[in-house]
Formats: sequence, C-alpha cells, structure tokens
Amino acid sequence: MTGAVWIFAEHQDGTIRKTTLELLGKGRELAGQVGTDLVALLLGSGVDGLAQELAAYADKVYHWDDPLLERYNSDVYLQTIAGLAEKENPQILLAGATFLARDLFPRVAGRLKTGIAVDCLNLEVGDDGLLVARRPLFGGKALADVICRQGRPQIALTRPNTFPLPDTKGDSTGAVLTVDLAVDPAQVRLEVLEVVRAPQERLDLTEAEIIVTGGRGMKEAANFQLLEDLADVLGATVGATRGVVDSGWRPHDDQVGKSGKTVSPKLYIAVGLSGAIHHVMGMDTSKVVVTVNKDPQAPIFQYADYGILGDLFEVLPLLTEALQKELGKG
Amino acid sequence: MDVNIVVLVKQVPDSEAMVQVKADGSGVEVEDRYALNFFDALAVEEALRIKEQVGEGTVTVVTLGTQKSLEALRTGIAMGADEAVLLEDPAFVGGDEYATAKALAAAVKGIEWDVILCGKEAFDDSSGIVGPLVAEFLGIPHITTVVKVDLSPKERTVIVEREIEGGKEVIKATFPVLLAAQKGLNEPRVPPVTGVMKAMRTEIKKLDGAAIGLSQDEVGKGGSQEEILRYHRPPQRPPVTMIQGEAGDAVKQVVTLLKEEAKVL
Repeated sequence: MTGAVWIFAEHQDGTIRKTTLELLGKGRELAGQVGTDLVALLLGSGVDGLAQELAAYADKVYHWDDPLLERYNSDVYLQTIAGLAEKENPQILLAGATFLARDLFPRVAGRLKTGIAVDCLNLEVGDDGLLVARRPLFGGKALADVICRQGRPQIALTRPNTFPLPDTKGDSTGAVLTVDLAVDPAQVRLEVLEVVRAPQERLDLTEAEIIVTGGRGMKEAANFQLLEDLADVLGATVGATRGVVDSGWRPHDDQVGKSGKTVSPKLYIAVGLSGAIHHVMGMDTSKVVVTVNKDPQAPIFQYADYGILGDLFEVLPLLTEALQKELGKG
Repeated sequence: MDVNIVVLVKQVPDSEAMVQVKADGSGVEVEDRYALNFFDALAVEEALRIKEQVGEGTVTVVTLGTQKSLEALRTGIAMGADEAVLLEDPAFVGGDEYATAKALAAAVKGIEWDVILCGKEAFDDSSGIVGPLVAEFLGIPHITTVVKVDLSPKERTVIVEREIEGGKEVIKATFPVLLAAQKGLNEPRVPPVTGVMKAMRTEIKKLDGAAIGLSQDEVGKGGSQEEILRYHRPPQRPPVTMIQGEAGDAVKQVVTLLKEEAKVL
C-alpha cells in the first residue's frame, strides 16, 4: 500500500476544530481515490476522548499524550510530526490553515524537503495520482492549481469552511496507537511562557458559519451593539473592517480583509461598509453575501447576492427582529 | 552590545492592482503598481526600533528578485536601514517559496546577524511560507504573526507576543531567531526626505547564485517543490438582487430570500 493520507487534528478547549472535521471528510474521499488509509495525528495532553472521536473517522489515529504538548511549541511539534513522517512516508498531509498550522507546516515541509500549498480552496486527485491543490493568489484575484511532483508528503493547508462536514458520526473503527514523545531537548529553543485566550463565546471568524461585519458607517464603537444583537439571533460572529479596527472600535482579531482574516462563511452580512478591495479580498469566498448600505454607488453591492439600500440604523433593528421571529419559530 | 538584524522584504503588487488571468490559463498579467509588502514594512520598522533602542547594530534589508525589487530595498533604506542586498540571477526566475527560501538562507549566511525579521506573508501569494523555511534552512527557531517584541540586548533574548485565534501566545527565544510581523506590531514610519535621498545614493549589493554558493539546480524552477499547472479566474458572483421598498418590507423580503432561495437560514 502506498503512503497514507494524514490529517493533523487540531483541537481547542477539548473539542476537535471544525476545520479538522472538514478534512476528515475530504481526506476520506482522497484516500479512497488513491487507495490508501486515512490517518489522524493527535498531539496533546489528557485528550484521550478526542482520540476515540477521531477513530470514528480515520483508519488509524496516532496519539501523542504528553504534558509537553499541552501548549503548541513549534520546536516540539515540528520534531514530532516530521520524525514520524520520515519513518512512515505519508503521501499526503493536510491541516486547516489556522494560526498554528500556518506557523508549523511550512517548517515541516522544509524539514521533509517537500512542498506546501497554503489557504487552499479545493483539493483533488489528478489523473497521475498527484494531489492538485487550488490556491488563491493576489488576494483571490486569481487562482492557481499547484502540484508537488517529487517531495512527500504533499502538504496542503485548507481555508476553514471550505469542505462540507462529514456525517455527525463517522462509521470507521480506527485503531488508536499511542506514540511516545521523543523530542531532542537541545532542539527545543522556544519557551512558551503563557497562552492568553478568553473563553470564546462565539466561533472564530475563520470558522463561523455566519458573520455580520460592520464598517465605518457604524459611526462609533457603541453602535456595534446592533451587530452583536443580530449576531446573537443568528449564532454569528461579529467582524469589522480595517477602518473600524484602525479607529480602535474593535480589536484586530475581528478584522476581515487582506491585512486581517480571510473568511468563508455560508452567510456574510456586510453593514455600513463600502467594499474596498482589501476588504473584499477577505470575504469574497463567502457563499451568500447580504449588504446594507445607503450609498447606491458603494462597490460592496457588486460583491453581494442581496442588497438593501437604506439606513443601517433603521434596518438593523428590524432585521434582528424579523430573524428572531423567523428562527424563533424553529 | 550591538544587535544586528536582517529584514527579508519583497516588492509586491498593491491591493488595488488589476490582475488578469490569461484566457488559456497559462499565466497572469499584473498591472504595474508595486510597493513594499505591507507586512514587510512592519518588519523594517521593528528592526529600526530595535536598533534605536539598543543604540548599536546594523539593519540589512534583503530581497530576491529583479530590478523592480530594488524599490523595496530603497524603501527600506529610506526608512532607515543601513545596507541592502539584492539576490538577482536569471536562474532564480520561476522559483517557488522553497527555492526562494533556499537562496535567502544561503545569502543570509554571509551576513552577520542576531535576529531575522520578515512579514508574516506577502500580499501577492499570501502563503507565509518563506520566513519559516528560511529559519529551517538556517537551523534557527521561528515565530510567526508577531504583534509585540520585547528585546533584551544583554541577555540576547527576546520575548514576543504572537497572535492566535482570539488571543495570544507569549514566547521567549534566545538569539538567533526569526520573527514574522503581523499587523498591530507597529505603525511603520513614512520615510523622511533625507532618507529618500540617501536611498538614491546608497549602493545596493548584488549577489547571484554563484556568489551565495548555490548551483543552478538548487534555485529557480529546478530548486522548487511546487509547480503551477494552470491559473483560473475566480468564480463570478451573479448580479446583486436589490431589495426594494421601505425598511420593514425590505427586511421581510430578505429574510424570505435567505430562507427559501439561498437556503442559508
């Protein structure tokens, strides 16, 4: 059997991240096409339950359980994953394009002397059995299909919210293999002193199904409460434009756009923002876009499916109310 | 106790530049509107602040490219960098991030440095691969999406804050280390007029493949891992449906459309 398809299983607060679940679904499809096993990699401390959860999707789960792995440290994770890959020769290695993966996997690719494609919007197996990854260039103004002919594994990081989730429960009964952590301490040069993260009430923008974003048309920070109310009703995450972040109304973590986050929700509601190109680059792969703006010339209307021409301060409370009624009916 | 810094930079099309995919998918045409990459300007700024804090040291900006890339170096010099290096060789053309990082790492070996700074990604390919790869090829640790740098020149250490989803990591590293700048790290200075004049006078060091000790098959297409098969235009969204009527009606209509037509509720 040729080398397996590996999925890096990212988890946070005791839960497998959604982008990983997407890849377990996509990875199963790819593994079937090339005729090999689907393997999940789980690194962490005291996350046995997650190993069992992954085994429902994968043929095999490699589980490293060590206090050293509780916090992400690129020096430790790099040695661990690259070390096993050197032994097992997977042919494909996939992860979501998260902060962690984008920090780690370029380095893994360098260590294994192979290629990596980042922020991919599609993956498929070509006629010659190679992984064809579609990745955006120039902020999505062009797309490129890329392959890696020689190096193995073929590594790709995919944009969260790109693939459908697999069935809620997988029907696989994969084996969980516990692997001892073997790290050369001399090669651990970074020391992670602290991880600061408030408990998240809402999904991160990159993984949110629905996003409501406000621009400078919101007029002041306090008015974002209108978007918070709408987000509550929709189970959405609130985003902001560069102008809003630069004005200090919202943190950079909330920024959607070329110098912020790139998002791909199923519904994106853009309110009081003109649709500057650097913003559009961060949200143009959203499935459905609704915009509310009082300027009929605003470019955002060119990037929207549904447009409401009107005053957001009038429209937003009505929209929240109407959605509450609609969704409340269940 | 000086601290020497290398900053990896890139001249990229600005976000407003027109990009047209050729009809046969063989390439792209990009409007001639280039500037120093946004995140790289943050890296240059941080290098200058470190130098100002420490009082001693050299800031060297390095890029791989063509004559067009000289502008990125001149911007770096105009902001206050001391030296500039252009890696230029016809053999470099068509290389991917892997080949580019190989060449940058080889060139950096010939420079004295304690810290390497770069942007977290370039505006054109947005992959963010080159920085970590350079660190790998040099055998030094790296930290990406850096939003705060607290450097102790005497201890030869740095404590950085790195952005993650909804929070941050605080990481300590000892020199040498590579740091990739994220938005929020600083506000890059506007080059002063004297700086711009200095940039025009400063001699830029040029190195080709032989000068950095790499053979032809280690650079450019031959030294690459990734190959672009074809380009595509992004899918076009159908024309917008404008919802007419007063606010109350418009809102009802859009909720119905989202439920029944778009099926996203």
